[in-house]
Amino acid sequence: MKKNINLEVNIAGLSLKNPVIAASGTFGFGREYSKFFDLNLLGGISVKGLTLKPRKGNPPPRIAETPGGILNSVGLQNPGVHAFIENEIPFLRQYNTAIIANASGNTVEEYVEMTEILSDADIDAIELNLSCPNVKEGCMTFGSSSRGVLEVVNKVKKVARKPLIVKLTPNVTDIVEIAKAAEDAGADAVSLINTLLGMAIDVKTRRPILANITGGLSGPCVKPIALRMVYQVSQSVKIPVIGMGGISNGIDAVEFFLAGASAVMVGTAGFVNPMAWVETVEGIKEYMTENGIEDVKELTGGLIAD
Amino acid sequence: MRSFATVKKTRQLNHDTFLLCLKSEKIASCAEAGQFVNLKCCDGLDAYLRRPISIHSVNRECNTFDIVFQVRGKGTSLLSRIRPGDEIDVIGPLGRGFTLDHSHRHIVVAGGGIGIFPLFQLLKDHTAAKKTAVLGFRSKDFVVLEDEFKKHSTELLIATDDGSYGIKGFVTDVLEKIIQKEKPDMVYFCGPEVMMKTGVKLLQKYNIPCEVSLEQRMGCGIGACLVCVCKTRKDNDWDYSRICADGPVFKGEDIIFD
Repeated sequence: MKKNINLEVNIAGLSLKNPVIAASGTFGFGREYSKFFDLNLLGGISVKGLTLKPRKGNPPPRIAETPGGILNSVGLQNPGVHAFIENEIPFLRQYNTAIIANASGNTVEEYVEMTEILSDADIDAIELNLSCPNVKEGCMTFGSSSRGVLEVVNKVKKVARKPLIVKLTPNVTDIVEIAKAAEDAGADAVSLINTLLGMAIDVKTRRPILANITGGLSGPCVKPIALRMVYQVSQSVKIPVIGMGGISNGIDAVEFFLAGASAVMVGTAGFVNPMAWVETVEGIKEYMTENGIEDVKELTGGLIAD
Repeated sequence: MRSFATVKKTRQLNHDTFLLCLKSEKIASCAEAGQFVNLKCCDGLDAYLRRPISIHSVNRECNTFDIVFQVRGKGTSLLSRIRPGDEIDVIGPLGRGFTLDHSHRHIVVAGGGIGIFPLFQLLKDHTAAKKTAVLGFRSKDFVVLEDEFKKHSTELLIATDDGSYGIKGFVTDVLEKIIQKEKPDMVYFCGPEVMMKTGVKLLQKYNIPCEVSLEQRMGCGIGACLVCVCKTRKDNDWDYSRICADGPVFKGEDIIFD
């Protein structure tokens, strides 16, 4: 007998039809991948990282392939929050999928202003990017200390009128401490991990492959680290955790649920397999059917560790 | 846009350059000169990303297309070992190809090294009465597909850096001599950045329009990830354009070469 499967999750007031979200920075504003699959199939889309003013980003090369992954150093190239609201929200709203606006700032004031602007926009949640490793100011500078996270999230929370997700960097000594700071400051949820700071060198030229010298590592090679961090954070905070880092299919996603994630984000895998997002949703369903699980929420934190 | 293409034929062109003939109705039916495909070199995590490779030739009757690549690393090395009958996971055709203006009577294609390949289909498709091909190679050992290019051009000039074959010198030197003799309507470039930079500057001097096909390390290949960018003019400023989606072919005058 085939049981009904419930994939719906609710993350701090953000209702998702399924727990698979396109990760920020890998999906643009959805236009490109809408030619490959129906965006209605996604739980949500975390859009390309936005800043107050348009940003050109870093010089190329911006990508290097590494074993089982990639390094990128895009540096938040984006049209700015106003152009996003004007040009991209109307496109995304044609689809029945949650719009998560990923926001970055150089200063605390900019984070606050971005949050005010986005709270008035037709979006479903804000993902505060305190973790981009490829820009000199803001972002990871705030996200790599509890004090920085407390300061930004406290002030942002005062003006936020949308569910507030704080995206964490793994480039810290103790991510649990950072996650707790986000929770204490009023974050409604945390998402982790952003990319790991890395580097690649071309021995023929003796030069770094990335023009920015360093970049953020993502892809299957980071999955064990991401899983460990999601597990540790989930054990220590009460707010929902959105897990990401190297997820390529439904089984990877289930691992993150078991470690404590309520939803997952998929990104880099889509560069290789443009159907990765949809196949992740299907894979979760398959696992649930095979294992007689009716509600995906049952999987969250279901790890047996005795 | 994603499909599996069957390898019909493989051909080694020189010590490190290979041609693959792939069957895919989906791609062959709509591919244009200057576009590319993004393909997986193997299953699994080895050579994780897809490899963008430009389309060299399209055979619309047989539903096949050819790609040519040089072995540079792990991915292309795996690709060079592929055999007829094998299937390749391909996304394409991708990007903006060359602009063909059939009112043009004399066109020149100027290619260097592995940059010559996307120019081949352009020569095949263009209806200009006079089609000059200027191809540059490091030395005699690197010269490939000479007969094929000869067949689809009205004049073929080969230049080598060391003079071991054809004319000794650079493609742009040969190009200037052609221009001084007779001004072409349009020039198409694909090759090393320094060649295209010199070429665009040269053509601006003679007020001849041109297009260039650029290359950069790519991620998604469809315009979402913003990694393969190049500097382009925008009003009085500049911006980064996506080589995979806004290009790989651009108007020469739009590109800011560093």
